[in-house]
Amino acid sequence: MKVIVNIQLKNGVLDPQGKAVHHALSSLHFNEVSDVRIGKQIILEINENDKTKAQQRVQVMCEELLANTVIETYSIEFPA
Amino acid sequence: MKVAVAVFPGTNCEMDTKYAFEKLGQEAVLVFHKEEKLPQGTDLVVLPGGFSYGDYLRSAAIAKFSPIMKAVIEFANNGGYVLGICNGFQMLLEAHLLPGAMKRNQNVHFVSKYQHLKVIDNNNQFLRKLSNNDIINIPIAHGEGNYFIDKNGLKELYINNQVLLKYCDENGNTDNPNGSIDEIACICNKNKNVFGLMPHPERAMETLLGSEDGVKMLQGFIK
Repeated sequence: MKVIVNIQLKNGVLDPQGKAVHHALSSLHFNEVSDVRIGKQIILEINENDKTKAQQRVQVMCEELLANTVIETYSIEFPA
Repeated sequence: MKVAVAVFPGTNCEMDTKYAFEKLGQEAVLVFHKEEKLPQGTDLVVLPGGFSYGDYLRSAAIAKFSPIMKAVIEFANNGGYVLGICNGFQMLLEAHLLPGAMKRNQNVHFVSKYQHLKVIDNNNQFLRKLSNNDIINIPIAHGEGNYFIDKNGLKELYINNQVLLKYCDENGNTDNPNGSIDEIACICNKNKNVFGLMPHPERAMETLLGSEDGVKMLQGFIK
């Protein structure tokens, strides 16, 4: 089963990369952009058929390694 | 004194660190990340700078699961002295031996230069040879040195005198090379046996090479 983990800096934690990209977009005259936040996406292929079990396991993976919960939040998705 | 310098795949400051302690007349041994035990009689563990595991995922995120890190965490929890320099500081944060986290530098660039630092608190083993408000000049070289901690955590750091060094200019005025909260460059844990800093004292051991301000810092650990 495929599981997608999205990781982002928490709200209120300044994102230097996002800021730099926002600045670059502004200099290209994309003035409608009011904010940019950059995160990362981790795509896992998991040998597990039970969605609830997979969800629990991936959550532990996020807490232990994939995300640094001091500054990051994560969400777990199951693509159709 | 016996200093154990941990070496991970991608570590690149281990020889400088070994040299620095040997110059101070101490025994320094390199310990490979696959080791499960620290050498008998280790007095100080140094986690040196570099790019452990290619800095994949996040700086130092993978190093914390190395076999040697279990021994280092146990050593630290038993009161042993641990010093994390640059990537080593990031490891201590990832391993939760120190509070907070590192973000990309505010200007998104890798910064490599000499940087002045102000001593905020010398009441600890690491900085005891220096005086408060001393200004020292030490190289920095990092892309993720933007120290972050939430408001409550920051308050705790100050209450417990855990903020040890701040970035400044040569006159001691505010100068922040990476966007760190409150210009923090070095912290320790509550028990004052685990220290982490982004600047490289081991690269400031010879006046001929620019600075020997690192000598007084590392000497603090010597009994």
